[in-house]
Amino acid sequence: MSKESNQNKLIPFLAVALGFIVGAIIMIISGFNPILAYSKLFEGAGLYGNIRRFGDTLLIMTPLMLTGLSVAFGMRTGLFNIGASGQMLMGGFAAVFIGITMELPKIIHLPLAVIAAIIVGALWGMVPGVLKAKYNVHEVVVTIMMNWIAVWTVYYFVPLYIRGNFDTESATIRTTASLRVPWMSNIFNGSPVNLGLFLAIGAAIFIWWVLEKTTFGYELKAVGHNKHAAEYAGIHVNRNIIYSMMIAGALAGLAGATFYLGYTNNIKIGELPSLGFDGIAVALLGMNSPIGVVFSSFLFGFMNAGKGFMQAATRVPNELVQIIMAVIIFFAAATVLIKRWLNQVSRKKVKGGDQ
Amino acid sequence: MWDSIVSIIPLALTYTAPLLIIALGGLYSERSGVVNIGLEGLMGVGAFASALFVVLSGGAFGGATVWVALLVGALAGVALSFFHAFACVSLNANQVISGTAINMFSVAITIYLARWLTTSSNIQIRTSFSRTSIPVLSEIPLLGPLFFSRVYYTTYIVLALVIISYYLLYKTKFGLRLRACGENPHAADSMGVSVTKMRYTGVLISGALAGLGGAIVIMTYAKEFSQLTFNGLGFLALAALIFGKWKPFGVLGAALFFGTAMTVANMAQVFESLRNVPNIFLNTFPYVMTLVALVLFSNNSAGPKAAGEPYDVGKR
Repeated sequence: MSKESNQNKLIPFLAVALGFIVGAIIMIISGFNPILAYSKLFEGAGLYGNIRRFGDTLLIMTPLMLTGLSVAFGMRTGLFNIGASGQMLMGGFAAVFIGITMELPKIIHLPLAVIAAIIVGALWGMVPGVLKAKYNVHEVVVTIMMNWIAVWTVYYFVPLYIRGNFDTESATIRTTASLRVPWMSNIFNGSPVNLGLFLAIGAAIFIWWVLEKTTFGYELKAVGHNKHAAEYAGIHVNRNIIYSMMIAGALAGLAGATFYLGYTNNIKIGELPSLGFDGIAVALLGMNSPIGVVFSSFLFGFMNAGKGFMQAATRVPNELVQIIMAVIIFFAAATVLIKRWLNQVSRKKVKGGDQ
Repeated sequence: MWDSIVSIIPLALTYTAPLLIIALGGLYSERSGVVNIGLEGLMGVGAFASALFVVLSGGAFGGATVWVALLVGALAGVALSFFHAFACVSLNANQVISGTAINMFSVAITIYLARWLTTSSNIQIRTSFSRTSIPVLSEIPLLGPLFFSRVYYTTYIVLALVIISYYLLYKTKFGLRLRACGENPHAADSMGVSVTKMRYTGVLISGALAGLGGAIVIMTYAKEFSQLTFNGLGFLALAALIFGKWKPFGVLGAALFFGTAMTVANMAQVFESLRNVPNIFLNTFPYVMTLVALVLFSNNSAGPKAAGEPYDVGKR
């Protein structure tokens, strides 16, 4: 039993190691020096002490932590939220819409925009929740459809109501709706790292508290473990499915607020933010626990923050980081393979001990 | 009105062909019991490989270039889908997670290679299929201008594949076995069918067809591979698969329906009568219709019963 759980704890680390190894092999095949590239990747992420670059790592980590929490929260209830991208986009759209169209003092404007993002994200997540609870339609399919409905909704409304210089993007949000604050940028030497970081960490603590310390969280986990047993124990399975999807949507919506109000300052049309899918990697690697998500979002945050620097310094295409993430997801899914290897290794060790 | 129809239908057929073939690929995989949300990624590598082949071969294959390019696209799809099959069938991995990894990997590796090869991450091709009018058939009144004028040969290949698929799935032993693995793998196993082999076959065929779909996109209307190649066609195909109730002719109907909706949405500006229809209705139409269909189907679940579950011999 303890061997099993030890193995499970090892798997994320091995998946990451395998991801970096595959990345190195691809670089060698395409004629690059992987050691140089990885060291530039770390340098670009500020891991060697450049405080501004490190601020950028925290900046990119912020929405990743939230989409990771969104996916992880769904998983704990047995739901696969592949729609974090769409929920994030719609939440971000709501936030940007309020950030552009309203004129209010910051103390009201900013919270209003953030809350709007949370609510719209939750509503976008509610649709798959309701369809799952009432009609037993698989949430994966519904969330995929909702992603594309979100893309086309933003595509229609942005040029119509909050057009910027081009049809393809919105105007810039007012500074009163921005999550950026001068004191944080000063600490981090001009990096646009912002209040979103605290929102994300607060959300991680809140989700940990809900899952571990409340009856509601216990019920959700019971539904995730065994729907029928939970039903038999008197838990309202359908209601919990809807709540769970709404909370997952709210977290993704908040991710949208931190991304669009703190990072891009406007919203572009016709694209699905890949951060929602990256959230799947973050959640899987964090083993669907809020604390794990904080650490894994840091890993992916610094990889994404450093990739531009790596490309500029070594000409290694920045998509390398995305390749590594995909490989990590693949190995996190194929845990059987890793376990088989681990068992082979440990069996050899035992044999060696006998002789 | 007739003029608008004559200008829309050939275009709609052009857009429908890749959508249809990708959805048909998904059908093989899901009918064998493996959910495949990696269609978008499989389509992408097919598109990339065919574009790359055309550029690298530099006309060495002459007139056959476009046809070989289709084959190369299909093979690239097979290669990538092997990983999905390996994870889902041999390792009992979560099929949705594996499919997500396939999608992410495909975008990343193709753009990585494109950037490495061209520095601009776009691959433009000079040789592609051209529109032709079929002799004799295009002279038929009414039908001629709609279905046989200014068309790509690939459209007919795709339609032929639909008919072949119907025959293969419903009239042959192989088809029965494949479908059995998606409905009740234990029963299939007890009758001596290798579930592993059937599911590998289903996933690899889906890779071939999705890759072919991507190649058709490049070799007919797109003529360029870039980041924009990944524009959700694979997910739309998934919608068509579900809307078509996991049946070849159902998928054909759904793909035509969605393809036409897509074409009308793209061309709305051209037509007086459509100019005032907000594009949101036309663009979201396929996805909303799929959700509606899912709710309507929910009572008699139409999908393969065992799709999404790893086959566990010890479980009954």
